[in-house]
Amino acid sequence: MSPAAAWTIIRISIAERLIYRGDFALGTLMRFLPIVTQVFLWAAVFSALDAAGRPAEVAGFSYREMIAYYLLTMVARAFSSMPGLASGIARDIRSGAVNKYLIQPVDMLHYLLLHRIAHKLVYYSVALGPFALVFLLCRGFFPGWPDPETLCVFAASLVMAFLLGFFLESALGMIGFWFLEVSSLLFVYMLFAFFFSGHMFPIDMLPAGVATVVRLLPLQYLAYFPAAVFLGKVSGPELWQSLAVEAAWIVFFAFAGRIAFRRGVRRYGGYGG
Amino acid sequence: MTAAIEIKGLTKSFRVYQKPEGLLASVAGLFRRRYRHVEAVRGINLTVTPGEFVAFLGPNGAGKTTTLKLLSGVLTPTSGEARVLGHVPWRRENRYRRRFALVMGQKNQLWWDLPAAESFRLHQHIYSLPRTEFERTRDDLAEMLSVTHLLQQPVRELSLGERMKMELIAALLHSPEVLFLDEPTIGLDVVAQHNIRAFLRDYQQRRGVTIVLTSHYMIDVAALCHRVVMMGRGRIVYDGSLDGIVERFGGHKVISLHVNGAWSPELLSGLGELLSFEPPRARLRVARGDVPAVLQRILAAGQVLDLSVEDPPLEEIVAAWFAAERSDDGPSRRGEEV
Repeated sequence: MSPAAAWTIIRISIAERLIYRGDFALGTLMRFLPIVTQVFLWAAVFSALDAAGRPAEVAGFSYREMIAYYLLTMVARAFSSMPGLASGIARDIRSGAVNKYLIQPVDMLHYLLLHRIAHKLVYYSVALGPFALVFLLCRGFFPGWPDPETLCVFAASLVMAFLLGFFLESALGMIGFWFLEVSSLLFVYMLFAFFFSGHMFPIDMLPAGVATVVRLLPLQYLAYFPAAVFLGKVSGPELWQSLAVEAAWIVFFAFAGRIAFRRGVRRYGGYGG
Repeated sequence: MTAAIEIKGLTKSFRVYQKPEGLLASVAGLFRRRYRHVEAVRGINLTVTPGEFVAFLGPNGAGKTTTLKLLSGVLTPTSGEARVLGHVPWRRENRYRRRFALVMGQKNQLWWDLPAAESFRLHQHIYSLPRTEFERTRDDLAEMLSVTHLLQQPVRELSLGERMKMELIAALLHSPEVLFLDEPTIGLDVVAQHNIRAFLRDYQQRRGVTIVLTSHYMIDVAALCHRVVMMGRGRIVYDGSLDGIVERFGGHKVISLHVNGAWSPELLSGLGELLSFEPPRARLRVARGDVPAVLQRILAAGQVLDLSVEDPPLEEIVAAWFAAERSDDGPSRRGEEV
């Protein structure tokens, strides 16, 4: 695809996104509400530990670190979460809207990736203010700025979280070629992702056996990993190894999605019309 | 001259899940599914030369739309061959995709919330069209369809007819050599239908593009296409001119009479099948070969103020033909259970 075409897709997607800006801004702001509950929840947990005279640490996380961790996973998820991507692909398959990508000289995955980049850009422009405010108010929970190298790796882990989230969910959406109704399947995936990406709590808190398995899964890169990098929980050779594994997962899902698309199209019914 | 479209033994069958009615049956369906094999297109052969305007006619489920989807590469056939402009459609090469367009009357391909102009701009880049050429084509098409003033209005706020015009512009921006139109006038009012037809005729004559159109409206076909391909149950049952359909399938003519009181229904029924009798008007259906004899008897009896002999409306001929075709080969053979 030419750069001009790519830019046009991004530009038009942004224009479309801005049409319902009121609804969008409200939705964006509402995402910040759970922070308050999280702060109270962990405050209660840690004060109970304190009262029982036990060390104020859960799975290696202090109270401050836990809140900082939670805020950082919010940043990670702002990159990795893909609302409506898999279900949208499945819906387009069911309704026949996929036809458009088969008829026009445009690659569906490229198109959807650019579309998603546009959505994220609009989201960041709206959410940047609230994010900055929350981090300013909560700065006391952070140990301070990490060194520049860690910051760079953190930034890279965010971009990779975006790519992994995109390719993983788009590959899931392709299942729609085989099973027309995928909403239950996606619900199960989201449930797994909620617990095993570290969105709910750090995966260090999982039982040892489960944690070992979860560390083999790609889900941790969607929330846990960027936060752990920022807080210095991953370092040295382990850090680079993790990045390499994440890159491998991205490539894997990019190929899986493409192969699934090619095979799916062959058995596709071209529904509707 | 090489063919624009060449189809040999093209076949497409689908496996369709049969969902029985009722909750219990639905639960049973979770364990043992029954499928029906539907042969949507059964080994058709067809050659279309460049610049032809061909209509696909037939009842719902005849395989018209499936054929268009096969030719535009949306579907992969079960067997058989097809070449459009020398390309195998279902390989979906970009070289082919830049040379044809498919417009589906029931589908919206434009961005719903944005002005059509934005969708057109996207097409410019997707099809890598030079800016000046793109803008000239866009403005020409918008003018021909009188929608220039609507280009900046969100698509969701256009009427169905206006939207269809925008869909057509979007499809023609890259000057396709082959155009597939699936029910382009469906759901439109008479004026909008007329405008779309007039545009298509004009555009086709000017550009000499090859157009294949499916429609339920015989008037579309009569106005636009010299060649008609009738499909029934996945097969081509007729390929020729519109007049030829009347010759071949219209075995009857309709005699309209303006008579006076001397004529009774009984008397008229003796001449042919009495379609209607609302004195002083009567309509008779008469086998083509009997027409001269019947006319002689009517004129001999006298008391006729006016008289005309016409072919029955094309819709009636086609509908009657398909009804007959269906009844002598029941629905059981349309799909075999597997």
